[in-house]
Amino acid sequence: MNKYMNNNTGEMAKYEAVIGLETHVELSTNTKMFCGCALSFGAEPNTRTCPVCLGLPGTLPVINSKAVQFAIKTALALNCSINKSSIFHRKNYFYADMPKNYQISQYNRPLASNGFLDVDMGSYVRRVGITRVHMEEDTGKLIHTGSSGRISESDASIVDYNRAGTPLIEIVTEPDIRTPAEAKEYLIALRNIILYLDVSDCSMEQGSLRCDANISLKPAGAKSMGTKTEIKNLNSFRFIQRGLEYEYKRQAGLLEEGKKVLQQTRHYDHLTDTTSALRLKEEAHDYRYFPDPDLVPLIMDKDAVQDIKREIPELPGEKIKRYLEVFGLPDETARLIASDKDTAQYFDRCANILGPGKLKAAANWITGDFAAYLNKESLKIKQSGISAESLCSLIEMIEGGRISSKIAKSVFEEMAQSKKEPQDIIMEHNLEQVSDEGELSKIIDEVIAANDEVVQQVKDGKDKAIGFLIGQVMAKTKGKANPALVNGIMSKKLKK
Amino acid sequence: MKIISLEQASHVAKLAELELSSDELDKITSQLDDILGHVAKINEADTEGVRPTSHTLDTNNVLREDTVKDSLSQEDALKNAPQQSGGGFLVPKID
Amino acid sequence: MQLNFLTAHKLKKMLEKREVCASDIAASIQESCEKLQPKINAYINFDKSILQKQAEEIECYIAAGGKLHDFTAIPVAVKDNICTHGIKTTCASKILADYVPVYDATVIKKLQEHKYVLAGKANMDEFAMGSSNENSAFGPVKNPLDLQMVPGGSSGGPAAAVCAGMAICALGSDTGGSIRQPASLCGIVGLKPTYGLVSRYGLISFASSLDQVGPITRDVTDSANLLSAISGWDQCDSTSINTGKVSYKDFLVDDIKGLNIGVPKQLMAEGVDSQVADSVNNALEMAQHLGANIEQISLPSLEYALSVFYVIAPSEASSNLSKFDGVRYGYRNMQASTLHQMYRQTRAQGFGPEVKRRIMIGTYCLSSGYYDAYYEKAQRVRTLIINDFKKAFEKYDVLISPTSPTTAFKIGEKTGDPLSMYLSDICTIPVNLAGLPAISIPCGLSSENLPIGLQIIAGTLREDLIFKTAYSLEKAIGFNKFPLHLYE
Repeated sequence: MNKYMNNNTGEMAKYEAVIGLETHVELSTNTKMFCGCALSFGAEPNTRTCPVCLGLPGTLPVINSKAVQFAIKTALALNCSINKSSIFHRKNYFYADMPKNYQISQYNRPLASNGFLDVDMGSYVRRVGITRVHMEEDTGKLIHTGSSGRISESDASIVDYNRAGTPLIEIVTEPDIRTPAEAKEYLIALRNIILYLDVSDCSMEQGSLRCDANISLKPAGAKSMGTKTEIKNLNSFRFIQRGLEYEYKRQAGLLEEGKKVLQQTRHYDHLTDTTSALRLKEEAHDYRYFPDPDLVPLIMDKDAVQDIKREIPELPGEKIKRYLEVFGLPDETARLIASDKDTAQYFDRCANILGPGKLKAAANWITGDFAAYLNKESLKIKQSGISAESLCSLIEMIEGGRISSKIAKSVFEEMAQSKKEPQDIIMEHNLEQVSDEGELSKIIDEVIAANDEVVQQVKDGKDKAIGFLIGQVMAKTKGKANPALVNGIMSKKLKK
Repeated sequence: MKIISLEQASHVAKLAELELSSDELDKITSQLDDILGHVAKINEADTEGVRPTSHTLDTNNVLREDTVKDSLSQEDALKNAPQQSGGGFLVPKID
Repeated sequence: MQLNFLTAHKLKKMLEKREVCASDIAASIQESCEKLQPKINAYINFDKSILQKQAEEIECYIAAGGKLHDFTAIPVAVKDNICTHGIKTTCASKILADYVPVYDATVIKKLQEHKYVLAGKANMDEFAMGSSNENSAFGPVKNPLDLQMVPGGSSGGPAAAVCAGMAICALGSDTGGSIRQPASLCGIVGLKPTYGLVSRYGLISFASSLDQVGPITRDVTDSANLLSAISGWDQCDSTSINTGKVSYKDFLVDDIKGLNIGVPKQLMAEGVDSQVADSVNNALEMAQHLGANIEQISLPSLEYALSVFYVIAPSEASSNLSKFDGVRYGYRNMQASTLHQMYRQTRAQGFGPEVKRRIMIGTYCLSSGYYDAYYEKAQRVRTLIINDFKKAFEKYDVLISPTSPTTAFKIGEKTGDPLSMYLSDICTIPVNLAGLPAISIPCGLSSENLPIGLQIIAGTLREDLIFKTAYSLEKAIGFNKFPLHLYE
């Protein structure tokens, strides 16, 4: 935060940021956008290419139907309208990672447009307009020779076309975002939706989710737009916020000094946490877009779109709403569970097994001990080896008084280690809670008989001393005694 | 009247990544000017309300199944490469 | 008659009767190629050892009881812009001089199913841009009927090879007349099928929305058979049409009684040589005698066709030819020290003047500020041309015109003036813009003994009408011209 920024405390900033994001998402289809090559990450260079994606002379593209479905699904989840007819254009420019020196993309007739995404900022909701969702193909990768791996210091580069032709969707927002924090939350929300849809792995580290931002500043309340800069290389949620914060500060500084903001593309460097202008090309880009004559239009009839719509699962926003309104979960718990698709699915299974009375216990486990365990072991819920059914039987045992919550924690630990069912663990170690009054009464008598002094203190009105006696009972039962029952019997006996 | 200037032609040559000597540029500019002069005839046609045709076909939605097919071996992929290194296509310093 | 001057259908009959074997045919082609290649330069790549090897393999296949298809053992010349796995495919360009494809074009795969023989990779105008076959990095092709003359282009090599007996038939490609015009100038038969009927997969693109592979043959029967062999839906080409299996020879019927023939006056206008016009009119009279109805008609938008073509074709070409950059294949300037320098020098040295000219026109027409006035305007006028044809075909079964406004012209005559060269395709270009099928068949000789071709155009996928008309007129005209003098 800096002195110019609106920090959500109601303090008015001098300049208002106008931010728009362009996000590229690699779709997790089996094959590339226009050919049958398998998608790959980390394969040997140029082993996932064919005449089509290498751009060999004479080859022609054929659209992957799954990629179209995935793109439509995403667009629908972002409340877009699917355009009845859309076409592919060629975007012409020369670069070594481009097999054909044109990219097949969409231009003035994209797949979908006019959507929105509501971004929950805690104290308010920012509705971010989605201008368009379109499909295109990815480029290859350049490996720069030389020890630094930087383009400017290397004499030559090596091109690997494995990634070339990977299906991408580009999601372009309206300039509706007002703070760097909103930009970050937008991207988190977008990523979560796409993960729910299961159309991409959205890994920012591996580049399957990439984001460019543009930002301009205007005096707060003003209608006129300022000059915008585009920021590239924002490849983590943190960097998106930091890069935009830096850029806000930089532009505000210029404006304060009465200087002009230049329209530029800037590169974010996370090591210095600054942005710097990219070298301007000799001539401005002229992509010479024209309809790709090797492809025919996509025509989307209503039924086909409806079919895809039906495949869309309950999305995070709807889930949170259900958890709050139907399940009555606390706000924070509901959000935490919905923030991960697998966790939410796991919880929904538990809720289904346990029913309304006990599902809160499941929510507490999932966001409490279970989450802590997963975090410690760096595991995903799917990898835990603890099924929803197992967790639910553990919960049923606690709720039914068969084990104490304290014992339950150690049973859970063993479940995690050995992958055994909770009832087996309880049987094996004889952990079941002792609720037999006769048996407990006998043990309590023994404890009273062996601790005359303490008993006297209790009788003298030193109530706290009773805790020691109960502790002795728990020790004798190895923690299995039902604490409420022990307390009751003990009090009765000592009052006599 | 000149339709295309030398400067425009030179810009177009840059977009097209063609290095032309000044003689070549002079010649090609005048030829382009002739051709574009002839082509200007299309402006006489009345196309009010006429849709552009990029295709004579009336087909659409030509799609394929998302089924993996064999890729080329690295050797075949690089077979025609003018220069290669470490399984990739070698290119000069990127400017 | 020498074997190398027979048609494929005649040779098939002889093969069936065991009157010839595959090696006899190959030997006859080999002999003529060895004799004539130095004079005509029809091939860029002709390898007699490959020819013999293929013939031997096919003899084994036949001996083992393999089925005789229409093109089994038939040596076919393949234009050098059609990819052949393991065999150089150059597009007659320095930029692809040593390029060896790692896959076969779909049309090649289809001919392989027939057990055909690849006679060789035929010469052409570089990247199929030209009308005289003078724009080849491997030297011009000469017209076998008169070595002073061009064979036409861009499929000059395939047409010359068939004309001279250096192949039995050939595959060409036609973007604005590149099959029909050379067929006309060499006195043989050339067919441009309906756009989408033959797969373009493996045909190195010139202008994607106009390109089409088609047969170049000695007669209409071979044309129909070769089309049957190479046509059909291809999952690798999104612009391919699924018609199911069609046997085009079923349409070879000698009967045009009641056929309605339109003669577009725009294609018989000034610029058409009077001898050409007379010869076409003679053929039309014959058609009338055979019971066809002939009427002159007007397709007013055709006067824009050449202009529309010289916007659309170069625009698409400028993008299609971007991939030739020295990175993945083909020629590279090795002296350049940066990527963009390498691009510029590679492309400047690798492409010939006509290709550069068209890349320049196309890049200009697509560039910012000019797109609407050129590319999009041309696409709108293209719609007018399509509509004019549609209207004509409501009334007429076929349209007939000259194929080329002139007979073969002298080598070097038009090389200095690109525009005059472009005019030689004035009758063929409208057909590509509308995606229609059209055939050129010989209809007579000029006073200089040079062949004249007539063009028969039909509606979309009406190859049946084309073959019926062409077959009937072929019989009536009885054209026969072989360059036998070359063998003396």
